[in-house]
Amino acid sequence: MIAKNIQLDEQGRLKHFLSIEGFKRQHLVNILDAAEPFANVHEQAVKKVPLLRGKTIVNLFFEASTRTRTTFELAAKRLSADVLNINIITSATSKGESLLDMLHNLEAMHCDMFIVRHNQSGAAHLIAQHVSPHISVINAGDGCHSHPSQAMLDMFTIRRHKKEFANLTVVIVGDILHSRVARSQIHALNTLGVTEVRVVGPKTLIPTQIETLGVHVYHDMQTALVGADVIIMLRLQKERMQGALLPSENEYYHQYGLTEKKLSYAKSDAIVMHPGPINRGVEIASSIADGPQSVILEQVTNGIAIRMAVMSQTLGRSSGGNA
Amino acid sequence: MSDITQLTSALSSNRPAISIINGRVIDPANHIDKQMDIHLQYGKIIALGDAPDNFNAQQVIDASQQIVCPGLIDLRFRLREPSYETKGTIASETKAAVAGGVTALCCPPDTVPIIDNAAMVKLIRLKAETEGVAKVFALSALTQQLKGEKLSEMRELKDAGCVGTTNALQPVKSTLVMRRALEYAASHDITVFIQAFDPWLSDGCAHEGAVSTRLGLAGIPVCAETIAIARDLQLIELTGATAHFCQLSSAKAVQLIKQAQEDGLPVTADVTTHHLHLTEMDIGYFDSNCHVIPPLRTQRDQDALRHALKSGVISNIVSDHQPHGSDAKLAPFAETEAGISGVETLLPLALKMIDDQAMQLSDVLALLTSQPAKTLGLQEGTLSIGSDADICIFDPQEYWVVDREKLLSQGKNTPFHSWELKGKVNYTFKAGEMVFQSNK
Repeated sequence: MIAKNIQLDEQGRLKHFLSIEGFKRQHLVNILDAAEPFANVHEQAVKKVPLLRGKTIVNLFFEASTRTRTTFELAAKRLSADVLNINIITSATSKGESLLDMLHNLEAMHCDMFIVRHNQSGAAHLIAQHVSPHISVINAGDGCHSHPSQAMLDMFTIRRHKKEFANLTVVIVGDILHSRVARSQIHALNTLGVTEVRVVGPKTLIPTQIETLGVHVYHDMQTALVGADVIIMLRLQKERMQGALLPSENEYYHQYGLTEKKLSYAKSDAIVMHPGPINRGVEIASSIADGPQSVILEQVTNGIAIRMAVMSQTLGRSSGGNA
Repeated sequence: MSDITQLTSALSSNRPAISIINGRVIDPANHIDKQMDIHLQYGKIIALGDAPDNFNAQQVIDASQQIVCPGLIDLRFRLREPSYETKGTIASETKAAVAGGVTALCCPPDTVPIIDNAAMVKLIRLKAETEGVAKVFALSALTQQLKGEKLSEMRELKDAGCVGTTNALQPVKSTLVMRRALEYAASHDITVFIQAFDPWLSDGCAHEGAVSTRLGLAGIPVCAETIAIARDLQLIELTGATAHFCQLSSAKAVQLIKQAQEDGLPVTADVTTHHLHLTEMDIGYFDSNCHVIPPLRTQRDQDALRHALKSGVISNIVSDHQPHGSDAKLAPFAETEAGISGVETLLPLALKMIDDQAMQLSDVLALLTSQPAKTLGLQEGTLSIGSDADICIFDPQEYWVVDREKLLSQGKNTPFHSWELKGKVNYTFKAGEMVFQSNK
C-alpha cells in the first residue's frame, strides 16, 4: 500500500510536518532558506514579526520536555501567534482515548496548529489523520520514530558551518535504537546528499536493518570517526542500563563517550553536535562540550529559527508560502 | 453435553426438504467435484444426484454457475462473548460467520471468565444453539486461568464438548509445565493447539525488520516464533502429544514444522488469510488495522507460507477473526489492540490462492472444510450422505468490493477495505436451515 503523503496539500505545499521521510531535497532546502532571515531576528531590538498574527497554536505535550517546548513557544510568539501550552502526562491505559478526545475538545476552540510530542511512535500521524482540514500538525517528537524539527535545526547548523552537504561524512554516535532524532537526521542527511552517514554503537543499541535507511554501521568508535566532518552525539537514557542493553555508564563512556583522544581521529575542523540535554562524562567529556569544536548551544538558538520557518510555511500557506 | 445435543437434534428434525440443483458440487473429503443435485431433509444430506423416491422438495434452489460445498470451518474465531459484548456477541459474530460461508467455528478459551471449567463450555454451547446461527466449538484452557502454572481439567472439559486445548495468547513459560500439559493431553487423546511465541522476545508490535526500524516501533523477531516452536517440538517428540501450531508467520517456522512432519511427529499447522496477503509493508504510515499478532512479516515469509499451503505443510486456512470496537484501533500503533475482523473475507481471500498460486479450487476448499474438520476431530466438513446439511453455496466468478461499513460483524477493523475480491457467498445452510441468503 502506498499511502498518500499527508504532509503536503493539493498544491504540494507543506501542510503538516510529521517526518523527514516523504520530503524531497527542495522541500528541505526551502525550510533551511526560510529559516535564514529568522536566525537574525533575535539580534534586532524588536524580535517579533507579524506573520502569524491572529493564529492560535497549541503545544500539546504528552511527554515531558523543556527545551523543545520552550523553543516552539518562543518561535510561535516571535511570529506573533497566540500560544497555549498543554501538558498531559497520561496513564498508560488511557493514553489512546485521551489523545483523540483531547483533540476534538481543542478543535472546538478553533485552534490553527497543534505541536505534538508523544511517547508513542505514530502519535503525530494519527492526530494529523483525524484533525479538521484547516489544522496543521507539527511533530515535536513521537516515540522512537521521528523528530523532524530537531533534524532540520541540525541541518541548519551543519550548513552554517560547512556550507555544502555534498562532501560531508557525518557520524552519529550512541543509542540509535531508541532515537527519533537519529532516524530523522539520517533521512535528512541522505536527502540533502551527504557523502556518507555512519552510525556507531554496540549492537544492543543499533536497530535491525538500519542499513536500509542508508547508513554504514560501526561498532568501534575510533574507526568510525576517521575522516568525520560532523559528529553527532546522542543522549543516553539511564534506563538503558536496566534492560541489559549496556553494562554500565562507565564502560559506555570508555567505548563510546567522546573524549579528546577520540576526537583527534576526526577531521581537525569537525564540529561536535548534541541534541541535549547532555550527560557530561557519559556521552561526552565536558572539555569538548564546552570546547571550540562544539556547536551545541548554537543548535538551541537555531532551533527557534527553524521552528519559525516550519510554522510560517505551514500556517502561512494561504498568503503565498510555497514548499 | 447430551442435553444440548438433544436440543440440537430436536431443532433439526423438522427442517424442510430442500433440493439444490444444477450446482457444481465439490466435497473434498469424498473427492467429489461434479455437477449434480443435492437433497436435504430433517437437517441432513439425504441424497446426491437423483432425488430419492417420494422426495417432495418444499424448496428448490437453482445453483447454476455456483459452487456447492460443505460449510466452511474456521479454526480460530473470537466471538467476544462473554464479557466483551461491545466488540461482538455470539449473535452478531455467528451472523457474520454464515455470511462468509462459515457454518462451524472454534473459539479459544481466552474469554472472561476463561473457559477452564465445564460450566463455561456448556454456557457457550447453549448460547450458540439458542442465539447463534453457526455451530460453535470451544477449545479448553490448557492451564488453569491460562496462567501456565497448573493443568486445567482438560478431560472433563473434553467430555463437556471441547475439541482441543490451548493456552491461546498466554505463554506457558515453564518448560516443565508445558511438558506435563502435553503428557496429560496425550493420555486423553486431546489435541494441543499451540500459539508459539517466546514471551521474552515478543514485547513488540511489529515484525522486527526494515519497517519497524523505519517507524521506530518495537520489533518482534522471527526467532520469537521459532524458539518457541523448536522447544515445543522437542516436548512433543518426548511426550507423544498431538499438536496443532496456530497462525504461522515466518518461513523459518514453516521449515521447522516441515522437518517435524518429515520426522513423523503428529503436528499440523494453519495460517491466516492476512498473513497470506499482507506483509510488514502494509503498515505504511502506522495503519493500525495491520497491527496483528503474530506480526505481518516480509515478502519472503509470505511466499513461504503460500508455498507451504500448496505443499501441504500447512493444512488449514483460518480467519483469526477478532472484532474490535472503533476505539480499539484509534490510538498510536503500539497502543492499539491487535487483530482483524476477518471471517467475511475468509473465503474470497483463500480463493485468491487459485489465481495467485495456481492451486486447484477443490484443494483450497479442503483447507477450509475437510482439513480443519480433521484437525478438530469433527464429523462436519463433508457432504457425505447422512451428515449434517452444513452447506455453502457461492459464485466463484462474482467480484465484490469490501466495504467495512457493510460487514455484518460488529468489528469493522479490516485492512482489506476497498479490496476487490472474487468469490461471493449466496446461501449458507446450517443443519438444513438456511441461515444466510445474499440480498441480490
